[in-house]
Amino acid sequence: MKKLFLGNEAVARGLYEAGCRVVSSYPGTPSTEVTEFAATYDEIFSEWAPNEKVAMEVAFGASVAGARSFCAMKHVGLNVAADPLFTASYTGVNAGMVILVADDPGMHSSQNEQDSRHYAMGSKTMMLEPSDSAECLDFTKRAFELSEKFDTPVIIRLTTRVAHSRSVAPVAERVDNGLKEYTKNPQKYVMVPANAKGKHVVVEQRVLDQIAYCETEAVENGLNKVEYNSKKIGVIASGICYEYAKEALGENASYLKLGCVYPLPVELIKNFAAECEKVYVLEELDDYIETHCRKNGIEVIGKDAFTLQGEYSQSLIAKVILGKETECMKADVNIVPRPPVLCAGCPHRGLFYALKQLNVTVSGDIGCYTLGFAQPLGMIDTVLCMGASVSALHGRNAADPENAKKSVAVIGDSTFIHSGVTGLINIAYNATDSVVIILDNSITGMTGHQQNPTTGKNIKGEPANAVSLEALAKAVGIQNVIVVDPYNLAETKEGIKSALEADGPAVVISRRPCALLKTVKHNPPLKVNADKCKSCKMCMKIGCPAISMKDGKAQIDFTQCLGCNVCSQLCKFGAIE
Amino acid sequence: MNKSIMIVGVGGQGTLLASRILGAALLDCGYDVKVSEVHGMSQRGGSVVTYVRCGEKVASPIIEKGEADIILAFEQLEAARWLEYLKADGKVIVNTQQMDPMPVVMGAAEYPEGVIDAIRAAGADVETVDALPMAVEAGTSKAVNVVLIGAMAKNMPEVSKETWLEALKSSVPAKFLELNLKAFEMGYNL
Repeated sequence: MKKLFLGNEAVARGLYEAGCRVVSSYPGTPSTEVTEFAATYDEIFSEWAPNEKVAMEVAFGASVAGARSFCAMKHVGLNVAADPLFTASYTGVNAGMVILVADDPGMHSSQNEQDSRHYAMGSKTMMLEPSDSAECLDFTKRAFELSEKFDTPVIIRLTTRVAHSRSVAPVAERVDNGLKEYTKNPQKYVMVPANAKGKHVVVEQRVLDQIAYCETEAVENGLNKVEYNSKKIGVIASGICYEYAKEALGENASYLKLGCVYPLPVELIKNFAAECEKVYVLEELDDYIETHCRKNGIEVIGKDAFTLQGEYSQSLIAKVILGKETECMKADVNIVPRPPVLCAGCPHRGLFYALKQLNVTVSGDIGCYTLGFAQPLGMIDTVLCMGASVSALHGRNAADPENAKKSVAVIGDSTFIHSGVTGLINIAYNATDSVVIILDNSITGMTGHQQNPTTGKNIKGEPANAVSLEALAKAVGIQNVIVVDPYNLAETKEGIKSALEADGPAVVISRRPCALLKTVKHNPPLKVNADKCKSCKMCMKIGCPAISMKDGKAQIDFTQCLGCNVCSQLCKFGAIE
Repeated sequence: MNKSIMIVGVGGQGTLLASRILGAALLDCGYDVKVSEVHGMSQRGGSVVTYVRCGEKVASPIIEKGEADIILAFEQLEAARWLEYLKADGKVIVNTQQMDPMPVVMGAAEYPEGVIDAIRAAGADVETVDALPMAVEAGTSKAVNVVLIGAMAKNMPEVSKETWLEALKSSVPAKFLELNLKAFEMGYNL
């Protein structure tokens, strides 16, 4: 039966069919589902690693051991894993090793809009870019073959619209050739200067071989594709931009579709450009292909006519290339924005309200709780990257020791394990009176509920070792560890206050499972007793989406309320029942 | 047939499941189908949109301004927000439910009055569905999405009712099937 595959699901199917044996990843939108789907195949050893660097090193080890291996991450995750990437490019592989990176043009769920193609060029690692789910599956299998053919890791680059779109993909049986033999080979696998010098020569030759492949064999096997229609307009594109161009221009243009975006061919592009009157490069984010064309003396139209920011679309392409504008209807009402918010019943809400009462500066981190920056809570001062809340707080306190008494860091359980714990070790070792609050909601929340080393379950939901955050904090040298329940506002406020007042660093664990977890039992929805409600709006200071004012009285939406009772602690008139 | 359908609503309302049911039904009818979803941060109570496109061959998975044949809106303000995406002869099917966005909760803005009238005045063909009470009657307020799928199904004669029911069965857990079938019928029989 035909089936619609999510792009990420199709990659997982490709892993299965290619005989991949080991998958290790850290969740990150829009890459997360690849590994979740991979974990549904019993033939694959799948895991959530503590961070992307660990994940890539696991994949490297598995490859050396002779297993086809894989790791997935979002674009900023590749920053974390960049260290193993650049040197794995030198060592090459034993069995095929594939790395997936998912970029997020338009920043649907990211803190920046970086273009991962630069990593392929920087590390001289071959990179493929599929444009729909069928190619996600096919390119994953090709990536393993190319990895083994050229003795290199191969990167698959997705963007949000490919990762999170569904389309049809044909499936096949799994082919598993077993473990490849491992032979000890220090010249290949031990990257000390003497060996690495030799390997660098190999890498440069490999790139030349790959360019030759992209010019010829890749065209014959359809990885790079030339489609001639009308030659008035020529389009050079890869990934989702190819689909947008097909939608906008159809047969009114000819196409050079680049399935391999590193390395790029030269002659293939030159010959295509020579056939067409006007040549456009359609690529989201940076002028990566465009720069390559210009460097090789090929005249193209690119970012001057388009944009370095956000996503492309069929209408943008139709507008720029064909001058076509679409008329559209507009409703004549004030369209109030609807930004994302902390969910009704979210345990982070009580924590942020307590911080607001304490009027502290908050060093923030990456996760659902980043939304604590938004009004009416407005309680985050900085957000940079995974783990930065802890290290940046130490930096602030080192610069201004007085600051330590009136500032905290907030970091989720998963993010703390990812890269917060190293910052905490720094606090203990280099002694600032920093207060780090770990928001332990027993899950990796923002990416859609993945297990992590603190939850006591592995990726398949089976029992696993659970890191004790209390014991870990004490082991690195933090003696003052306090646990609070963020549904209890008074307890939470007191706990943080005592940590701030005490001498020495402290860890406060704000512990309450995510309200959306299926295992969490909820109280019945609360109701406002309109007779008791004095319309003071105290209950609205916590920014709960279930509370609104109707006809001058507070009202609670029963479809959203989970009965957490945080709002009722704020009502001085006992009107919330 | 080429059709572009947008499902819009508030994160948490179940728009993703609705788009999966729709995608499965259209695929079963023999069309090429592409569905584009939103995951991650925008899901947390924000404005969400899913695109479903079908035809003989579909290239782009997204829908742009002026391109949608149907906008299925789970909430009034969201219908107005995405109205620009409707074709001149397109149809809006809108749940009458209102959910206050945070600026309204905080008192920084008012929820606009007369949203549905304004959508009609803009020239759109509008059908309203009072889906929440129907979902509650079917067994849970969470079934609003399936009531609305039912309401949309009767606007798409090219897909048979049997196909819809099959798609529904393959998309919801067995223990909630009966409840969801009831919710679907309520929307379908409006």
